Amino acid sequence: MAELVYDSTGRLLFTEEMRKEYTILIPQMLPVHFGLFAKLLQRTGYNVAILNNEGRDVVDSGLKYVHNDACYPALLVIGQMIDAIQNGGYDPHKVALLITQTGGGCRASNYIHMLRKALKKAGLEYIPVLSLSFGLEKNPGFHWSVGLIRRLVYGIMYGDLIMNVANQIRPYEVNAGDTTAKVEWWLNELLDRFDRGKGMSRSQMRSILDEMCADFKTIPVAGEPKVRVGVVGEIYIKFSSLGNNRLEQFLLEEGAEPVVPGLTDFVIFKIYNRVSDIEMFGGSKAKYALCKFFMGYVEKCQGDMIAALEKAGFRAPGTFADLHKLVKGYLNDGVKMGEGWLLTAEMLELIHSGTPNIVCAQPFGCLPNHIVGKGMIRVLKDDYPDSNIVAVDYDPGATKINQENRIKLMLANARQLAGEEHAPAVNQ
Amino acid sequence: MSYRIGIDIGSTTVKVVVLDEQNTLLFRSYERHYSKARERACETLRGLKDMLAGQDLQLLITGSAGLGVAKAAGLEFVQEVYATAAAVRTFIPGTDAVIELGGEDAKIIFFGNTLEERMNGSCAGGTGAFIDQMATLLNVTVDELDALSLKHEKIYPIASRCGVFAKSDIQPILNQGGRKEDVAASIFQAVVDQTVAGLTQGRELTGKIVFLGGPLHFLQGLRQRFVETLKLDEAHAVFPEDGDCFAAIGAALCTGDQATQSFETILDLLEHAASHGEPVDTMPPLFTSQGEYDEFAARHGSMSVPYVDLVSYSGDAYLGIDAGSTTTKMVLIDPDCNILYDFYHSNQGNPVSIVLPQLKDIYEKCGDRVTIKGAAVTGYGEDLIKNAFSCDIGLVETVAHLNAARHFTPDVDFIIDIGGQDMKCFKIRNGAVDSILLNEACSSGCGSFIETFAKALGYSIADFSKMGLFAKHPVNLGSRCTVFMNSSVKQAQKDGASVEDISAGLSISVVKNAIYKVIRAASADDLGKHIVVQGGTFLNDAVLRSFEQEIGRNVTRPTISGMMGAYGAALAAKEAGLERSALLSAQALETFTHTAKPATCKLCTNHCSLTVNRFDGGRRFISGNRCSRPLGQEKVDIPDLMKFKYDYLRTLQGTGEGDGSRGKIGIPFGLNMYENLPFWFKLFTALNFEVVLSPESTRRLYIKGQMTIPSDTVCYPAKLLHGHVTALLEEGVDTIFYPCMSYNFDEHLSDNHYNCPVVAYYPDLLGVNIPALNKINYLHPNLGIHRPKDFEKKGAAFLAEAFGIPKKESVKAIRAAYAAYDDFRLLVRRKGEEYIQWARDNGRKILVVAGRPYHMDPEINHGINDLITSFGFVLVTEDAVFHHMDKQPRTVLNQWTYHARMYNAARYVCTQPDMAFIQLVSFGCGVDAITTDELRSILEDNGELYTQLKIDDISNLGAVKIRIRSLMAALDARDKEGA
Repeated sequence: MAELVYDSTGRLLFTEEMRKEYTILIPQMLPVHFGLFAKLLQRTGYNVAILNNEGRDVVDSGLKYVHNDACYPALLVIGQMIDAIQNGGYDPHKVALLITQTGGGCRASNYIHMLRKALKKAGLEYIPVLSLSFGLEKNPGFHWSVGLIRRLVYGIMYGDLIMNVANQIRPYEVNAGDTTAKVEWWLNELLDRFDRGKGMSRSQMRSILDEMCADFKTIPVAGEPKVRVGVVGEIYIKFSSLGNNRLEQFLLEEGAEPVVPGLTDFVIFKIYNRVSDIEMFGGSKAKYALCKFFMGYVEKCQGDMIAALEKAGFRAPGTFADLHKLVKGYLNDGVKMGEGWLLTAEMLELIHSGTPNIVCAQPFGCLPNHIVGKGMIRVLKDDYPDSNIVAVDYDPGATKINQENRIKLMLANARQLAGEEHAPAVNQ
Repeated sequence: MSYRIGIDIGSTTVKVVVLDEQNTLLFRSYERHYSKARERACETLRGLKDMLAGQDLQLLITGSAGLGVAKAAGLEFVQEVYATAAAVRTFIPGTDAVIELGGEDAKIIFFGNTLEERMNGSCAGGTGAFIDQMATLLNVTVDELDALSLKHEKIYPIASRCGVFAKSDIQPILNQGGRKEDVAASIFQAVVDQTVAGLTQGRELTGKIVFLGGPLHFLQGLRQRFVETLKLDEAHAVFPEDGDCFAAIGAALCTGDQATQSFETILDLLEHAASHGEPVDTMPPLFTSQGEYDEFAARHGSMSVPYVDLVSYSGDAYLGIDAGSTTTKMVLIDPDCNILYDFYHSNQGNPVSIVLPQLKDIYEKCGDRVTIKGAAVTGYGEDLIKNAFSCDIGLVETVAHLNAARHFTPDVDFIIDIGGQDMKCFKIRNGAVDSILLNEACSSGCGSFIETFAKALGYSIADFSKMGLFAKHPVNLGSRCTVFMNSSVKQAQKDGASVEDISAGLSISVVKNAIYKVIRAASADDLGKHIVVQGGTFLNDAVLRSFEQEIGRNVTRPTISGMMGAYGAALAAKEAGLERSALLSAQALETFTHTAKPATCKLCTNHCSLTVNRFDGGRRFISGNRCSRPLGQEKVDIPDLMKFKYDYLRTLQGTGEGDGSRGKIGIPFGLNMYENLPFWFKLFTALNFEVVLSPESTRRLYIKGQMTIPSDTVCYPAKLLHGHVTALLEEGVDTIFYPCMSYNFDEHLSDNHYNCPVVAYYPDLLGVNIPALNKINYLHPNLGIHRPKDFEKKGAAFLAEAFGIPKKESVKAIRAAYAAYDDFRLLVRRKGEEYIQWARDNGRKILVVAGRPYHMDPEINHGINDLITSFGFVLVTEDAVFHHMDKQPRTVLNQWTYHARMYNAARYVCTQPDMAFIQLVSFGCGVDAITTDELRSILEDNGELYTQLKIDDISNLGAVKIRIRSLMAALDARDKEGA
């Protein structure tokens, strides 16, 4: 059994030995993307499992072990991990936990510490915690290699493309379940190809992206265009069905087409913050050049993805640069904590691309979203009178019935805006 | 001929209307449904058989609880705001906005080019349910409340954010003798403020406004408050005749080209709509058998105090009074601590009038045989009762409860008391109260909460709680706020849970809330080994049982659980060993009179809402004050660094050493300006600007900007900025400077030096939410003063662009600004040292009050600093002592400048025996969720006490006083131990 090794500050390290023996547990956020990430990490020599446990137990463990004033995503993510360790059949002495740490001024950068406190409270302090971050905490058994980072970037592109096309097809599929089945198929197919060493270069990615678009096009679709509803928000609540009470599913059931901006922009945004920080306040030239280079690379990959979507006739998202342009005059480049100006930019992009109906989802009391979410809705309404944005708060006590009622109001408005004959949101 | 039916199923009522083809209202009804919404609607429809049978009908259901019914019945549904808008468009054209209050929801609909709606989100404050709760609290009907409000003389500020907060504001006003008339009007005002502040979100309410919904239909006082607040004349405030069922009318109007159905079909669909919601989330039962319950009841029954008959007793006696938040308790004991007399009653808004007849009764029963040798009082109404009846001792509740608990369990190490609407938990270490946990302004999980629910469902509290004991499948309702719980209960009912299951579920949620939210315990061992539970709520066996189940350990619940405060007070009266009590005699009680008059103190900017209580014989008691000045005494002159800093910062306006030739520049006095003003002031005056500082924060200033606040859950210090900027605009300043700053000064004590997101980016938010800022030169650049060398370049570039100032001049000014800021920091340290020395010379204890710089604002801290010094502490702030400690690794990410200061200050306090630590925390401060736990562990690991004061926009200092006094009691106990 792996020995527990601590660094000089008393932090439990993830050792090389643990890499061989332990399973790294990762909380779920975006099933398609995370499935790919897990596989990529496995190929690099880590044992990985994505946690999919849900339900009351997750929330209860969160409430029990996390400071109740902490934000809801922290509560869910930590609750999910502890619930998995306690009830998921894992040997607690053979697992490690991976959690993101963005390092910004938002309290979310403290999740890792909340997790460690929670583990201590639960008597599980022997479990090592890995930080998924740019250099905030280092571990001897976990290394970023350029190759791995590059592959993860491709993973994001595949994930975003699949999410995009699936969302555009699913509401219109003739045979219910076709789209989901196709997503499953491609997920397995991609993983198989990875195993065979395919799909992990940019040129191969480009051709696979085209192939995927073409394949999704084969799903039979029918019906009039539905009301499109954009989903933006705090990253976890926006994406995670555990966090947003299955928002996408609800929108589909209500006869809407969900439009969910992908993960790519968020990743570029986080890199760009380092660039803009140095531009605005000064800082290391080497770091600037490195970040700028990395950002440019991801932007190029994003360009590939967008091109594939456009070529196949799907509605494609704008580039990061497009989004950045849109937000000028609303928020300055320095607004980088949490989702920062990107959230507002996504709302603007949705409005500009004909999706003025938007759910802005955030944890109750989310600090950055006071500014970039709720704080911007009024001015968007002034500038774009057709914009129809509803801010929905999520937290352990908020009930689905209230959240859904608010969304239904937005939908009723949307239908009227769309000039549908039968205005009421009919519920059958 | 076809009729259109609209059914609006709200959270508490069902509204049914029938329209003919000409939109004539043929029928309307408005009825409470007591959670049986579908049944109620069916019944109403059946009653319309004569009118509707054989007709072609269209029908739409609307309302917050209507969706489930519609789904189950397979009938069509329309969102209620949408329906309301349709009705208003049809019947009241030209409307600019609708304000609609319902049972649990509040809405504003803005008309205009496009429809824009606002609904209350996760907060039901300011709705009908809230008014109902408040009426219950005042022990009047809603109609009586309305009548009372029309006779008001003054309005108290009451939290308008959440009903629960409001409750804890009202209670002290009542307990301190505030008039019911004024409280009633203040409640309505709170509803108005909640609606305006919470729902307008930056859009102004002007033009023709239509008021809808039950409460606005029935309550004249509420209408009056709205009309006055919004300054509407008759033509612009419309209260339509059928305003209580507009949503139903709208639903009928929305039927459009829906296919018609027969009356019988519709009725059949509704009647046979099975409620097949999602399966209800349930928990194991509390008791599985009668035997189990009997064993449980016997075990707790044994924890009792003998009663002695007062009428036949002769000898000495001691009186204890607990003037609690919702109930008044009195206990008279003999020298052996047996109970001679006890009393427990809801205080119905005025504890004095409750205590008076009881005292008379006691005296009568005592005759000449019994001598009362001491009287002690505790609880919220302590000061009032003590003054009214001239009691000997006043003691803080925590100490009273500890006295009583120790009587039953001498080695008690944890006490939890759940009362009507407050919850107190405290750990006992070395015989003293060690750490206190109170439910800050949130009364979820308290007695009155269950009671309100019982009433809403039509049961008495006793019957209701008994129903839960043997419930088979208690519903899991979560453990959050009352308001959320309302929705959870609603959902559970919809999903077919029985009243028994809901009752048990509520009891369990009370306990979960206490354990996981207030105490935040992970296991029973976090609490203690010898736990005493008390308070009226624990008399509820279902609550007691679920508490034991949840922590997995048996606890002690004395049979006098509801009277422990009074019992503990009586014990204190006995221990005092007085020769005779000063308590008003039987004769004196004959002529007892009491009047209470409201007043506003004008002696400082706090403008405390005072209540002046006058008793017979010239005794007078003033409540609501924070300092002793309104009592006619000079303010105690104890050093207060918070006040020093504040006064100093206020002087930083004008031209300074420059000539002001470049014109005026406005700076809003809020958030990080409390830290950075010396820097900006120097920078701009060195460049010959005249700095115009916004006025001092006041409630009025806040209200000035309230309409432009987009997020109602942001912290109060941030909300105040809207007022500051608006005030600067009113002063006619045409340039306002308020920079965005991701980073704070780097003091090299942390891994990074961030500001919190709100502080960092609020300037951008103001820019797009206060329209008038577009008309002036609003400068909100992104600046990084954390890199002084770079800032010379970047700052100069900004100044060149904004004002065309030459680089050389700017660089010089920037250097001067850094020097001025350093001087300010040094000044604070020196002053702090001076004050600490003064304390040591004068034998005073030192309180280090840690928080964020803006916590020095009297409108934000509500004069807590005055309160602290009035208790004899010398007050210094964290920024005067943190420099004594070096950087040390922390178990949390230490990357905010202010946090690093607090951590170091706490560590320093641990090294100083005559210092104690208090942290101020604003509600809604997300980043303080990180600091509070960390500070607590720094202090407690070193055997120090951690005290946290949570502050809100409302100045209810009740909880603050309890904490400070408990801290004093603990410090005293520690001194005794050490001596």
